Amino acid sequence: MGLRRRYLPLAGLLAAVIGVQLAASATNSTFYLTQLTMAAYYCLVIIGLCLLMGYAGQISLGHAGFFAIGGYLSAALTSHNFTAVSDTLLMRTLDRAGLLLHHQSLYGDSLLSLQPWLAFFIAIGVAVLIAFVLGIPVLKLKGHYLAMATLGFGIIIYRIVLAAEFFGEADGISEVPPFQLMPGLAVSGDFSARVQNYYIAWALLLFGLLLLLNLINSRMGRALRAIHGSEEAAEAIGINTARAKLYTFVISAAFAAVAGSLLTHFNGGIGPSEASVMKSVRYVAIVAVGGMANLWGAMAMGIILNFMSLRGMFGSYDDAVFGGVLLLIMLFAPQGILSLRLKNILWAKRPMTGK
Amino acid sequence: MLELYSVHKYFGGLHAVDGVSFRVAPGSIKALIGPNGAGKTTLFNLIAGVLPVSSGNITFKGRQIQGFKPHRIAALGMSRTFQNIKLCHGMTALENVMLGRHIRSSAGLLAAMLNLPRTWREERDIRHRAMELLELLGIAEFAEVEATSLAFGQQRAVEMARALATEPELLLLDEPASGLNIYETAEVARLITRIRDMGITVLLVEHDMSLVMDISDEIVVLSFGAKIAEDRPEAIQKNPEVIRTYLGETEEASA
Amino acid sequence: MEFSLFLQYLFAGITYGIIYAIVAIGFNIIYNTTGIINFAQGEFLMLGGMISISLLQVMPLPLAIAAAVAITMVVGALIQMVFIRWIENPSVLRMVIITIGISILIREAALHIWGESVRTLPYFIGSSVTAVTLFGTRISPQVLIVIGTCSIMVLFLSIFFRYTSLGREMRACAANRRAATLCGINVKNMVTFSFMLSAGIGALAGAVMSPITYSQYDNGTGLAIKGFTVAILGGLGNSLAAVAAGLFLGIIEAFSITILPLAFQDAVAIAILLLILFIRPHGLFGSSEAARLKEF
Repeated sequence: MGLRRRYLPLAGLLAAVIGVQLAASATNSTFYLTQLTMAAYYCLVIIGLCLLMGYAGQISLGHAGFFAIGGYLSAALTSHNFTAVSDTLLMRTLDRAGLLLHHQSLYGDSLLSLQPWLAFFIAIGVAVLIAFVLGIPVLKLKGHYLAMATLGFGIIIYRIVLAAEFFGEADGISEVPPFQLMPGLAVSGDFSARVQNYYIAWALLLFGLLLLLNLINSRMGRALRAIHGSEEAAEAIGINTARAKLYTFVISAAFAAVAGSLLTHFNGGIGPSEASVMKSVRYVAIVAVGGMANLWGAMAMGIILNFMSLRGMFGSYDDAVFGGVLLLIMLFAPQGILSLRLKNILWAKRPMTGK
Repeated sequence: MLELYSVHKYFGGLHAVDGVSFRVAPGSIKALIGPNGAGKTTLFNLIAGVLPVSSGNITFKGRQIQGFKPHRIAALGMSRTFQNIKLCHGMTALENVMLGRHIRSSAGLLAAMLNLPRTWREERDIRHRAMELLELLGIAEFAEVEATSLAFGQQRAVEMARALATEPELLLLDEPASGLNIYETAEVARLITRIRDMGITVLLVEHDMSLVMDISDEIVVLSFGAKIAEDRPEAIQKNPEVIRTYLGETEEASA
Repeated sequence: MEFSLFLQYLFAGITYGIIYAIVAIGFNIIYNTTGIINFAQGEFLMLGGMISISLLQVMPLPLAIAAAVAITMVVGALIQMVFIRWIENPSVLRMVIITIGISILIREAALHIWGESVRTLPYFIGSSVTAVTLFGTRISPQVLIVIGTCSIMVLFLSIFFRYTSLGREMRACAANRRAATLCGINVKNMVTFSFMLSAGIGALAGAVMSPITYSQYDNGTGLAIKGFTVAILGGLGNSLAAVAAGLFLGIIEAFSITILPLAFQDAVAIAILLLILFIRPHGLFGSSEAARLKEF
């Protein structure tokens, strides 16, 4: 019974996604699809963070760090030249397994880099591992302490990508090759592949949303909400709160890393601003605007705000807009912007029942 | 069932629990009473694993449990309610009780995310069992109401249903009658004896003397963290030391 | 290591350390009266520096700094009155996010007013090459001004909290808000005042440090996280311990560049923060039992 209510909106969203593409193609405005593709990837980070913040009740001010781990590792491993170390046992084994790519630079030098799939799995694996190792001590913290610890993690990642030559320092990494998912389907920023990439990103987002919707309506989802309510009560009925929080943290980090990896291939590069604290705050802001414990709200706001931001509608006030939005929402509608409107509508519709 | 041996708890310089020993026999109702600040709730928290003991032993079903996390103790078959009811905000009464089935079900994160057939079958069973418990406690009609918006007595019932949903062998009740009127208290008394008759051992902390005297098989009296008496209700009422430190005090207060 | 070089590092460490201590004390003052960690604390230092630099064009240095401190105190009071005063029983998460939002708005406003350029106040005495000889090593007088000013502030604050009635009232709020209310103390005004005080000491520190550390619109975040590290190291709310912890962090940072690349200097502080949070979240000097009693 609940299943139809859970899946029907997803079908509606899918129809809207197709509708937007058809409309954009028909009106010759497919350039909108580029921003919608990027927004979809950012949304993947946001719904993952929504699970962590809204449902498990744990704030993370370091999610841009996980996005950056995914993006930077994918970028570095697929675009660096590993010819110098091609003789090592590891590289030879990888080569024999067909996981390396041989190609030539513009000047005819031979280049050797990792297959994007391999780089992808390494990037996600590293992000998951870091989330796991970091999460064990960090998630014991609460409130300010948790906020500062995750913020600290984010800043460390930012400093590393900014200082390490391997990650291109202040310039970041560019000329990241396309990610051939399967023959005929690649994540790339090619103009000709616009429509295809729009569907890849949205299919992934829909799938991610489906997974999380299932999760929050399950035994583990209830457990997470219980932890949010009262950890003491959750423990008393046998929920291993430390483990549940840790797994949620890892899942949400994995969502961020997947988005980071694919968006980097789509953009063809990544820069240090993707790892900045401001990006993390932006993700938190969008989850807050969407209503914290509201996956659909987070998704809707993620698409709208990211699309507007990517279209440059906020101009040089981009960060200020997100800071302001965050502040206003927390001041006047901590339950999210949707709750506000819904409540007002109900209020207006209810007839005055004076006694 | 449950055995405490020489349990001590210090908070800095404060000796909150001072060498308390007692045992709870299977299938009995045992009550813990004492004046305010006697260390009853602290002792409860020690048993449930919320606070670590400073020294001494606590065994549950023959196993030492001090140092265990609360969720492990719960998984062993000990469940509890709270003095200030802790229901989950934003969840219906039914969902709150379904939460109690957590340790009796198994779907993990991955299975849940993929919503495998096994997962939704299990989910259906959880819902079914939770509904049964709501019926048992006479609050089935509120199943779909948000739990925290219910009346106080109904919230207590939901919390008790949630504790029962874990299928405990020992149920810890922290002041189950606080905030209830005399009718509701009588209802709770009936309920507790019914739970005992289902084969569940009960340990409760309570202020309401009439409730304690009516339903308990045995009573432990605490004062300033130490046990001063342990006996059957009739004997406790006659115990001079108890009358002096506890009942005497309440009489003076009510006089 | 040569002794005079050692002293150079030591003085650099003390200079930064005492600034971190001032940020930490700013955190503590607000934390004690409200239970809130004000994530915008670092922005007060940035404002103090930036406003002094702008005012210097129309008035002499001491006046410019005094005015900058006064303006920042007004900003502090406004922040509290506009965003915080009227919220009843906010959750910690909500307050964390609100103060983060405030810090972003201040930073973005600073970006639009002053741009991205790095600015600085002139050295108060002499120029960047002026130096005094101390224990056989040459030190900029500005370093001594920073250390001196911050030390005086610490002294002033401890006298203020111990011996003045206003200071005692603020401590009463810290100990027990409800009891303080019952004693006729206007807790809300105390909170406003704690924001002003925090902003004021931050602005003064930000102004005197400007010739050495420079001022830029985004200085605040780094200072905030280091000040927070120091506050945690000393145990939240304990201001004297914060001074010790600040010097400790400053000196470690200063010497870290002898073995680590400069770019990782910030990472040292954060690594210490994470370590301390994991091992002793109640601080090096605090007790775990006391920490349990506080709300996090």
